[in-house]
Amino acid sequence: MIHSLIKSRETVLAAAILVLIGAIASRFPAFVAPSNLVNVFNDTAPLIILALGQMVVILTRCIDLSVAANLALTGMVVAMLNTIFPDLPVPLIMVIAIGLGSVMGLINGLLVWKLDIPPIVVTLGTMTIFRGIIFVISGGEWINAHEMSAAFKAFPREVVFGLPVLSWIAILVLIGFIVLIGRTALGRAFFAVGGNPHAAVYTGINVGLTQCAAYVISGALAGLTGYLWVARYAVAYVDIAGGFELEVVAACVIGGISIAGGIGSVGGALLGALFLGIVKNALPVVNISPFWQLAISGSAIIIAVAFNATSNRTKGRVILKKAEHAT
Amino acid sequence: MSLATHQASTGRQIPDRLKTPLHRFLASWELLLLCVAVAVFILNSFASPYFLDPWNLSDATYNFTEKAMIAFAMALLIISGEIDLSVASIIALASTAMGFAVQLGAETPALILIGLGVGLLCGAFNGFLVTGLGLPSIVVTIGTMSLFRGISYIVLGDKAYTGYPSDFGFFGQGYVGWVITFELVLFAITAVLFAILLHRTNFGRAVFAIGNNPVGALFSGIRVTRVKFALFLLTGLMSGVAAICLTSRLGATRPSIAFGWELEVVTMVVLGGVSILGGSGSIPGVVIAAFVMGMVTFGFGLLNVPGIVMSIFIGLLLIAVIALPRIVRQILARRKA
Repeated sequence: MIHSLIKSRETVLAAAILVLIGAIASRFPAFVAPSNLVNVFNDTAPLIILALGQMVVILTRCIDLSVAANLALTGMVVAMLNTIFPDLPVPLIMVIAIGLGSVMGLINGLLVWKLDIPPIVVTLGTMTIFRGIIFVISGGEWINAHEMSAAFKAFPREVVFGLPVLSWIAILVLIGFIVLIGRTALGRAFFAVGGNPHAAVYTGINVGLTQCAAYVISGALAGLTGYLWVARYAVAYVDIAGGFELEVVAACVIGGISIAGGIGSVGGALLGALFLGIVKNALPVVNISPFWQLAISGSAIIIAVAFNATSNRTKGRVILKKAEHAT
Repeated sequence: MSLATHQASTGRQIPDRLKTPLHRFLASWELLLLCVAVAVFILNSFASPYFLDPWNLSDATYNFTEKAMIAFAMALLIISGEIDLSVASIIALASTAMGFAVQLGAETPALILIGLGVGLLCGAFNGFLVTGLGLPSIVVTIGTMSLFRGISYIVLGDKAYTGYPSDFGFFGQGYVGWVITFELVLFAITAVLFAILLHRTNFGRAVFAIGNNPVGALFSGIRVTRVKFALFLLTGLMSGVAAICLTSRLGATRPSIAFGWELEVVTMVVLGGVSILGGSGSIPGVVIAAFVMGMVTFGFGLLNVPGIVMSIFIGLLLIAVIALPRIVRQILARRKA
């Protein structure tokens, strides 16, 4: 059991994160102060939520490049709703955000399921479409803090039991995923569809429907995060969270979720997101310019994939060594 | 769809090998795209009186020439079953290296060599990670995409490099003949070269074979890893070429140069009829797709439609064009059943 624990990717990643935190703390003890760690977790919460949604999509051999655009469009819509109807209660706004995000996820899912278009093409298309729609509905204008109602802005920042609501929502989503992945038929179906789609069909799983469900989940979470993001930073504009979809995919990859589908875990997605979040938050602390962030996360992705690939390699009888690489 | 209806719907069709070349062309993706291109052209000429001005048309080619030159190499890569999402970041890194050299007093020939060299190096790095370590290219190049652009940000911060020599401006601003830009000529030459490489050489056949069945290709004596490595080198090289043209045209290097181009290049390739799953596609298709995208962008520009709104149409076009044949096939299958 200890042996399998050492070999598991989550353990290695958790150890890497601890070493990282230790190295930072040895020079800047203030970084590990509980209040700062709470801040780091809160900053990473949107990434955690989106990475969990992306995880189920990747598990089914798909990819969702439209999450950041979905987030931005939902954020803009709820921000505009808030300026028009300032009295709209926050729970209703969240329901609208989740619903709108789900609809966008459903569009992705239906295109993949019913028309059989490759996922990367679908989400590349919807990504540019969603971003374009934001411009059309907003006219390219920003919605600033003073145009949003106080309740709208306050909700994600409200502190409950020492943690902001944003962090609590990330924790709730996390618990939801632990149940979904570990305890439900749908959770098992995600793995079955990604692991071996043909076998999944013979066991009575509808592959397309399962992939569609994964997209709806990813979309719903992107919508939810859209409201939280816009409310927290108190601004909405066209380019909000630009390029964030790749950070989300990166978190999944670093967390050991195989891009080929079928392999991954909730813990992995969480740790992958935390790793990126800690790197991002530590850079200014250790006096490295934030311009290093891209290069560091890029290197982390490459190292993580290389590591996963070497640890995953099947140890069957190799007849033709080069044939392994060809596939 | 049951097996019987499937047979019924395909049984009446003429087998591919019995069709004449004309017959095949009439049913082809390229013809469909060509119709779209002509339709956009006609619409554009009605939409704005300035459209048919030769200088305008000539300037409009900048909308696609640089991206298309990368798209040719990307088409080969995607046909072989791989992808390179780092191309725009290679442009940024190559442009940064050229800008750095300019600060040290480098002349135009040296800048060209540096631009191409950095492109090749980046391509070699991608190629090594994918073929040498056997990693999935989509993740590797998402990583190198951040890495390459990250290095540009580290070098440049929020500054820009300017002060390129005046004769360097020819590559992005020069004209050959009356209104024909140097870039358009370069685009035409690379299009022909890539068409020959893909459709008329053993290398091209190997690319298709690998995309259709990598293991089968290996067993039939194709050096799969070597071909794939060469394709990554080629994509890096073409990104270097695009970096030279773009830097010359803008006359400056910023770390955010060519941001988001990787997706436009992939869109161009897929719109050109290259299957994202590998194994099929053609260079003429990509050429027409480049014209379509360039003309849509130009037409919207004349109508003062902001760039971001164009992206809605590019996105819709991408999905619609891919979905259309599938929808038609499904309807036909249902009717015959």
